[in-house]
Amino acid sequence: MADEKKLFKVTIDNITIEVEPGTSILQAARRIGGDVAPPAMCYYTKLKGSGGKCRTCLVEVAAGSTADPRPMPKLVASCRTNVMDGMVVKNITSEKVIDARNGVVEMLLINHPLDCPICDQAGECHLQDLSYEHGKEGTRYEFERRTFKKHDLGPYIQLHMTRCILCYRCVFTADQLTEKRVHGVLDRGDHSEIATYIEKSLENDFIGNIIDVCPVGALTDKTFRFKNRVWFLKPVDAHRNCNHPKCNGKATLWYRGDEVFRVTARKDQWGEVEDWICNECRFEKKKTSDWEIEGPTKVNRHSVISQGHYVGTVRPQEVVYDVMGGRAPKLLMDIHNVSEVNRPEIDLSKLERPAHSTDFSPHEER
Amino acid sequence: MQPLTSRARAVERKPMTMWERMYLPAIAKGMSITFSHMFKKKPTVNYPEKTRPFSPVFRGLHVLNRDEQGRERCTACGLCAVACPAEAITMEGAERLPGEENLYREEKYAAKYEINMLRCIFCGLCEEACPKDAIYLSETFAPANYTRKGFIYGKEELLIPNPVTEPEEFAKAQGGRVKQ
Repeated sequence: MADEKKLFKVTIDNITIEVEPGTSILQAARRIGGDVAPPAMCYYTKLKGSGGKCRTCLVEVAAGSTADPRPMPKLVASCRTNVMDGMVVKNITSEKVIDARNGVVEMLLINHPLDCPICDQAGECHLQDLSYEHGKEGTRYEFERRTFKKHDLGPYIQLHMTRCILCYRCVFTADQLTEKRVHGVLDRGDHSEIATYIEKSLENDFIGNIIDVCPVGALTDKTFRFKNRVWFLKPVDAHRNCNHPKCNGKATLWYRGDEVFRVTARKDQWGEVEDWICNECRFEKKKTSDWEIEGPTKVNRHSVISQGHYVGTVRPQEVVYDVMGGRAPKLLMDIHNVSEVNRPEIDLSKLERPAHSTDFSPHEER
Repeated sequence: MQPLTSRARAVERKPMTMWERMYLPAIAKGMSITFSHMFKKKPTVNYPEKTRPFSPVFRGLHVLNRDEQGRERCTACGLCAVACPAEAITMEGAERLPGEENLYREEKYAAKYEINMLRCIFCGLCEEACPKDAIYLSETFAPANYTRKGFIYGKEELLIPNPVTEPEEFAKAQGGRVKQ
């Protein structure tokens, strides 16, 4: 069997790597890692048939293979092009690729509302990252951005169609994870949108995963909506014994203080979900007692999510009580008595919906 | 040793002359300087009756801005809090209900917004970070207070008066700084 294991030699940005036949250029580049890996907005390793739509992963093939070393005439989508033996690929070393990618980003942002200050995805948004790297400061688009009629996707998922870049990831997720898909892409061209027929709410056990696969803020968690910004939360790996046969209960909890604000699936370094989690784990288990904590999630230190996380801090031992003979020190000010923010009687994380003005007014009964 | 500046002078240790030992001329010289200052322009002002103009880059107490229609601009995006080096800002966001469109500009707004003025160092980074023109550092000092509690400023203290219903207070709160 040794002769069957022939590996293809492929050179990406002057780095040579041997991969198995049938590997896509994107996967080969991800094996090298770092800046060599092209960004991907629509391709998702765990979803069959995804990719080839967003064109952000375009690369230049300088030599097709050892047998036919002619370059490919056009830039190719690396997620859908398989490697050949002796292929030479240029990604960040090619000016053509960088130029094309900048154009693609501008194209993706044409109809994007850029409402990052409101959007719950901000801070973990792939389009945000991409446009910081490749985007232009201004826009050349002079027309009105497209808007859509609002669709209600049920109590758990919020759809913001204006932010959608039509990557089809959520459609593939619903198709491959759940038995019955009730949402999809309607209409064509500029009018195409993710929607459900006749406002049907999504009620599959795994439908919550479309929130995690969405690279932008088009699909967000309604139970977490507007409650906090992701960079103020601390991600913690945890697991629980889930009764659902297909769910292994491995998730990331997002804490603020002692409150679990949201639960997401664990993501790898490419922002892709490691294990799908069921709706019960995601939306209904928001107490620490439901979970077994494994430890803090490793966050890239360049990510905004790592801000304000003080690693390796040790709480000093309180000696005041011993010195004062057991008496409590008289504080000049205890911030929790004064502050109106994060009051214990207003527990936002326990709300099933976004907070409203009625939740904060003390005289009104909730 | 090489001197650092050219201003160093060696101390003279000569004994004083007769003229110098009399002291009276030196006193007269000193008094003339003193009396001449009486006729010069006074550099002080009678605060608080009179106030000095603020420098154009002065950074004082924060205000939360409203738009022309009197709606709150802040959307609780948290960029001021993340930019704040002193971690003085905290907030809680909420969703705008139908019927509250005249109160809040966007569908998300800050239900609670707090600045701890004891922590604040008035660096102005929150103003720079704000994408919505919502927070500004005004030409006011944080007034003195007897308790620390008084330095936790909530939305009631920070919000600028409504330009539609209270135009005079709004103009006063805007201060003398000309808006470009």
